[in-house]
Amino acid sequence: MEQLKTIGRELAMGSQGGFGQSKEFLDLVKSIGEARSKAEEDRIVLSEIDILKRKLLEPDIPKRKMKEYIIRLVYIEMLGHDASFAYIHAVKMSHDDNLLLKRTGYLAVTLFLNEDHDLIILIVNTIQKDLRSDNYLVVCAALNAICRLINEETIPAVLPQVVDLLNHHKEAVRKKAIMALHRFHRKSPSSVSHLISNFRKRLCDNDPGVMGATLCPLFDLITEDVASYKDLVSSFVSILKQVTERRLPKSYDYHQMPAPFIQIKLLKIMALLGSGDKSASEIMYMVLGDLFKKCDSSTNIGNAILYECIRSISCIIPSPKLLEAAADAISKFLKSDSHNLKYMGIDGLGRLIKISPDIAEQHQLAVIDCLEDPDDTLKRKTFELLYKMTKSSNVEVIVDRMIDYMISINDNHYKTEIASRCVELAEQFAPSNQWFIQIMNKVFEHAGDLVNIKVAHNLMRLIAEGFGEDDDDADSKLRLSAVESYLQIMSEPKLPSLFLQVISWVLGEYGTADGKYSASYISGKLCDVADAYSSDETVKGYAVSALMKIYAFEIASGRKVDVLPECQSLIEELLASHSTDLQQRAYELQALLALDARAVESILPLDASCEDIEVDKDLSFLNGYIQQAIESGAQPYISERERSGMLETTDYHSQDHHEVPSHALRFEAYERPKPSSLRTQASTELVPLPEPSYYSEAHQPISTSSVSERESSEIKLRLDGVKQKWGRPSYQSSTSASSTPPQAANGTSSHPDVGVGSSSLKPRSSYESKKPEIYPEKQRLAASLFGGSSSSRSDRKSSSGGHKPAKGTASKPPKENPIPVQPPPDLLDFGEPTATSVTATDPFKELEGLMDSSSQDGGSTDVMGVLYSDAAPVTTTTSVDSLLSELSDSSKGNPGTYQSQTSKGPNSQEALEKDALVRQMGVNPTSQNPTLFKDLLG
Amino acid sequence: RSEKRTQKALEGKMGIRFILMVNKQGQTRLAQYYEWLTLEQRRALEGEIVRKCLARNDQQCSFVEHRNYKIVYRRYASLFFMVGVDDDENELAILEFIHLLVETMDKHFGNVCELDIMFHLEKAHFMLEEMVMNGCIVETSKANILSPIQLMDKAH
Repeated sequence: MEQLKTIGRELAMGSQGGFGQSKEFLDLVKSIGEARSKAEEDRIVLSEIDILKRKLLEPDIPKRKMKEYIIRLVYIEMLGHDASFAYIHAVKMSHDDNLLLKRTGYLAVTLFLNEDHDLIILIVNTIQKDLRSDNYLVVCAALNAICRLINEETIPAVLPQVVDLLNHHKEAVRKKAIMALHRFHRKSPSSVSHLISNFRKRLCDNDPGVMGATLCPLFDLITEDVASYKDLVSSFVSILKQVTERRLPKSYDYHQMPAPFIQIKLLKIMALLGSGDKSASEIMYMVLGDLFKKCDSSTNIGNAILYECIRSISCIIPSPKLLEAAADAISKFLKSDSHNLKYMGIDGLGRLIKISPDIAEQHQLAVIDCLEDPDDTLKRKTFELLYKMTKSSNVEVIVDRMIDYMISINDNHYKTEIASRCVELAEQFAPSNQWFIQIMNKVFEHAGDLVNIKVAHNLMRLIAEGFGEDDDDADSKLRLSAVESYLQIMSEPKLPSLFLQVISWVLGEYGTADGKYSASYISGKLCDVADAYSSDETVKGYAVSALMKIYAFEIASGRKVDVLPECQSLIEELLASHSTDLQQRAYELQALLALDARAVESILPLDASCEDIEVDKDLSFLNGYIQQAIESGAQPYISERERSGMLETTDYHSQDHHEVPSHALRFEAYERPKPSSLRTQASTELVPLPEPSYYSEAHQPISTSSVSERESSEIKLRLDGVKQKWGRPSYQSSTSASSTPPQAANGTSSHPDVGVGSSSLKPRSSYESKKPEIYPEKQRLAASLFGGSSSSRSDRKSSSGGHKPAKGTASKPPKENPIPVQPPPDLLDFGEPTATSVTATDPFKELEGLMDSSSQDGGSTDVMGVLYSDAAPVTTTTSVDSLLSELSDSSKGNPGTYQSQTSKGPNSQEALEKDALVRQMGVNPTSQNPTLFKDLLG
Repeated sequence: RSEKRTQKALEGKMGIRFILMVNKQGQTRLAQYYEWLTLEQRRALEGEIVRKCLARNDQQCSFVEHRNYKIVYRRYASLFFMVGVDDDENELAILEFIHLLVETMDKHFGNVCELDIMFHLEKAHFMLEEMVMNGCIVETSKANILSPIQLMDKAH
């Protein structure tokens, strides 16, 4: 059989030059396939671009040839180069009458152009024509294109035809038409808002394919507006029931599972409809329960459905029985050896934990295994779970773990996420302020450039406000510990800017507060910061303001101030700074040094960052000045709102509205002129404004200038006045606020809601005293994570005991996760040097592999045959797995050999056959890239 | 304005955002995006994803998070199939969707290999056009997926 197929192919090749394509094309594909580096590939593509540019200029290119050129263009873009020089040829090809050429043209256009490209207009007409075609495949091709190319503006041009096609006799057309409508709904919901009933209608389509596709738009619609679709609950449930009872055609089966992808979509919809709705949920109980019984958990697809069931159950209001079934399924996932299933299990746990908080406890050890797994994906999923189950009893362990992990990764996107989660948890559950500050320090130190600036302001405020109670002693202890930790951290190189701002501010406010550190020591440190980060103006600004505060406190307390020489030189440098902000601060500092104690104390009172600064928003102190100005002839101020209100009443605006429809594109042919209506048309054209199109195109600048001309020079005068009084507000406020650190003061006043909760918590003084108990590491971690609210006070202590050593290990690299930092494969220079390709190109090794696997396979050459009978997919995967474990046992850390052997696996014979086949066309498998010939399914 | 908001909400519900076929050397063999990315964006994205996936071993999960995407990938001989999906998507189902795609190609080409896809790039795309529209899985019956392609083959 296989040989027959091969012979057939060879014959076909003989007549048409191999796979029905030209030698040129085959050569191109061959050279791309055998390219050994990105650079080589780029060279091939660049020369291909030159060739095509030349060839496309030739006259009368045969259509077959053109189709090939188009596909070569697709290659060019796929490999990352610009083919825009020939887009127009793809557009032209979509006009062709031949179906294959037309579809290729449409395909290329959808790959090349986005919906707003200028060339789309040339296609809309073709699409309209094709939608009317008698050949349903042409109609389908046009509908495919619609789903990629039609934007808001062009929807009206095709909408009526698409709606007609919803009742086409061919199910393939109905299916694609409903998806086109789906696309319109996504692009512009209002364009199809009157057609929503069609989605409901198509749900009852006789063809299961159309019904299945209709679930997609319905899912969107129900997401937006659940309430309007509650009546469909029983329909969806009954469809799902019928699907599970195998009422759909066999061709929808996948690995013995009836229409699994439709089942999953239905489950997703049911999750939406049953959310928070007891009666809707109850209708679903039966079918969900049946699914748990029916789904074969030994296949991947069975597990996919089980997982979807778990998701649905976590959304609806479930029965205890369903909850139990879901928990069972999760525990099966977690106990599996497959990482994929563990991942799904952890995810399911995270969903179900909202409903039954105790569920995680039975899986403590499994969760910790996943947390410590070297697989990053699994680890992250587990952190997500921990984040969801954090409470005050386990916050310390969890946040510590998260921070260790945050430090270990380089991916900024995820680092940002986990940093913000740490901050969120710390703000919500912090057991003490000391702990909170410690955590914040770590977050800032390692992800300072990634966290939101509000977090910094919150931290500063927390340190300034203390505990909220009038416990000055504890407050100053907290501040001292903050100052001490900062002085220690400051010596580390390359701290994030935001963190340095916090440090500078806190040192300025509290560095010398309780006399432990001298003013010259702190000011020296601040100068070091300004010096080390001299390119960061914000940090410098904070440092100078902090210096000013230090000196002010010294002067106010009557001590003599010795400005250190390095401070002096810093001030001098800043006096000449390009930044006006820094200059301003330096001048203020200089001026302050010359003042006497009483004046200084009123400028910068000690520890006054929390005092309210009263701002006179009405600027009443300017009243006299304004009065004077009005008396001497100035116009009174008119507020911005009044001014814009005035503008709206002017007529050009409403004219503008009139223009819009005439501006839109027309895709239909123009009507034949009707002699009778000519006169009325002419009259209507005469009445409205002259040169309408020009007017609306350039409306903004022209209109404003015309208005200002019309209203003469009065407006100009007024605006001038406004500018003088209220212009450049940022500059003004920054100078006026410089008595307290400007940004900190802003942050404090504008976000009063966050962080207050944590500041009301009492510090735990017993925190330090507990010794770690001699539990095995994992159990202790489990206890501290899952101890939960039910556990007694002693449990909490042990949790804090467990927390200590965890910190100890955090300072040196922990033993259990030496994440093997695999060097990323170098894409720019693949091929030769790696072990994999060496083994792959060795012909003898290859033969060995072939012999081995063919004997192992027991002669069944057609793997697909095996796949389709019974539980074959499972057996094949398990055999690969066992092979894999054997290999990894014998040759640990050498994945290269494993890969080349298994992938060669059972298809030896076909590989050889194909090999022989293509050798004829000059593509030689033993040359550069033999993997091109490997069967994908094997 | 409410229209803009629903549009925003739906953009997060795209489902499948792209399908890539990339070989072990990191060379793209097929790329289909269901949201518009510029050439540079595609190039960068493919580079990053391929680097990430190739660095993983077979025991590890077939899922990787990348920016706001989840990548579900599966290797067949020399070729990686990578599907970028939204956070809401069922990873296991996508994994099986990949397998369905490969089975479908196998049914059409007979023992499909990397070279088949290279020589018949447009056909591979045609199959995807039948299976996925607007980022949603719309057809999973192999017969339905292949029938338009077979009809076109017959006509030529």
